[in-house]
This record gives sequence, structure tokens and C-alpha cells, in this order.
Amino acid sequence: MSLKRNVSLNQGLRYQGKGPMLTYILHRIGGLGIVIFVATHILSSYLGGDVGGFLNAVYEHWIFQIVIFFCALFHAINGLRIVILDLWPKLIEHQREAIWLEWMVFIPVYGIAALVIVQSAVGG
Amino acid sequence: MKRRTISISKRGFDFETLMWAFTRLSALAMYLLAFIALAGALLMGARTQMNLADVIRWTFMPNANHVLGTDVPDIAPWATLFWKLTASAFVCFAAAHGLHGLLSVIEDYLTLPWLRRALRILIIVLWLPLCAIGIYLIFNV
Repeated sequence: MSLKRNVSLNQGLRYQGKGPMLTYILHRIGGLGIVIFVATHILSSYLGGDVGGFLNAVYEHWIFQIVIFFCALFHAINGLRIVILDLWPKLIEHQREAIWLEWMVFIPVYGIAALVIVQSAVGG
Repeated sequence: MKRRTISISKRGFDFETLMWAFTRLSALAMYLLAFIALAGALLMGARTQMNLADVIRWTFMPNANHVLGTDVPDIAPWATLFWKLTASAFVCFAAAHGLHGLLSVIEDYLTLPWLRRALRILIIVLWLPLCAIGIYLIFNV
């Protein structure tokens, strides 16, 4: 017996979940980004040679660092919100405020880090 | 508001419930390891010897190779057994957390029970060599 799914992909894409849905999507994209990055990073370090050298050059590029840092920082901060709300379920009533708080932490931390990464890339 | 919490004995406790708890607890464990790495880096002089990107890299994976390109004068304190064990623990937690997360995403689009079961086994089988390779690299490269 298969699980029943009553939602089509089209319906799923048109679902307007607003803020909480956005964090859900970004958490998934960020998580997948980290898994792909970490797995290829470990394998390329292990294999070495031309492939490893090429992948390391990609990882050290500032554009890649900005993207992967977005994935890691958002996944970490959003993950902490999920952990806190799941371990203390009474707090779920304040989910909306928790998401606002999350962005208030994420935006300055990510902004400063991205600025410094770009500055050191441009300035040498 | 009426509470709808069901006790564990009525809800049942299976492997997937265990992994649900593991995902949250391993996240907290990785937070702890990251803060240990960050505090250690600052104590070892990161503030004046490393740029922010290198500190972030070290925080998420305290491996001495990650400070090779910095102004750190002596790499020895960054390559101690303590940091190798911290990095190994991080790799094991991250691999389990990440592979389980990958499976959770895939399962949202996959309804065949036997395939879900096969992928669950594949994830466990993949976790072991990934940890082994990671720990080998931390201790030998």
C-alpha cells in the first residue's frame, strides 16, 4: 500500500504559506546545499589530484563562499528556532514572532560576513 | 487552548521517532561544537591572525588545513588531538543529520514503502564510509 497524496505539484507551487513557508523552503534548499557541498568536499579531499584541485578552487571562490555561507547560516539559525519550538511546544503560539526574531539575527550577521568576504575578495 | 499532547506510550516510539529526536539533539550538539571551535580560535589569536571567512571555515570544521592560508604563526596548537576529536565528532553528527535530512526531503516526493525502506538502509550504509573517510582525512592529511 502506498501513501496517499492529494496535493499535485502544481497546487504545491501555488500554495501561499507566506513567512513560515519561506523558511521551510530555504531550510530545505540550505540543507541540500550543505549536504552536496560537504559530501563533495570530503570526497575531493580524499581523491585529490586534478579533480580535487579544481573543486578546492571552486570552494575558495568568494561567490561560492557567499552562497554556501547563506545555506549554512540560515540552516543553523532556522534550525535553532525549530529545535526550540519543538522541544518547548507551548512556544509554537509565538512562531510568527520567532521567525521575525530569526531574520533580525540572520540579516545583520549574514550582511556583515558577506560584506567582509566581498571586501577581502576585491581588495585582495 | 486545549492541550493535545499524547503520551509516548500511546503514541508509540519507533526508529523514525528516534531520528526525529536525533535531528534536533544533533543540531544542538553541533552548535556546542561550533561554539567550542569559535572560542578556541579566538583564544589562539584568530582576532588578529585570521580574516572572517577563515574563522567561519574553522568554526564549522576545526581542521588545521583550514588555517594554512592565514597569518597563524604556528599551526601546532590548531592540530592537537583535542581539535581532531572535535572535528571527528562534528563530521559524524553532520553526516548523520545531513543524510537523514536528505532522506526526509526525498520521502516527501516518494510514496513507495519498499523504496523508502531501501533508501533508509542505503543512508545508514553510506553514513559509515563517509564518517570513516572524514575521520581518516582529519587525522592523516
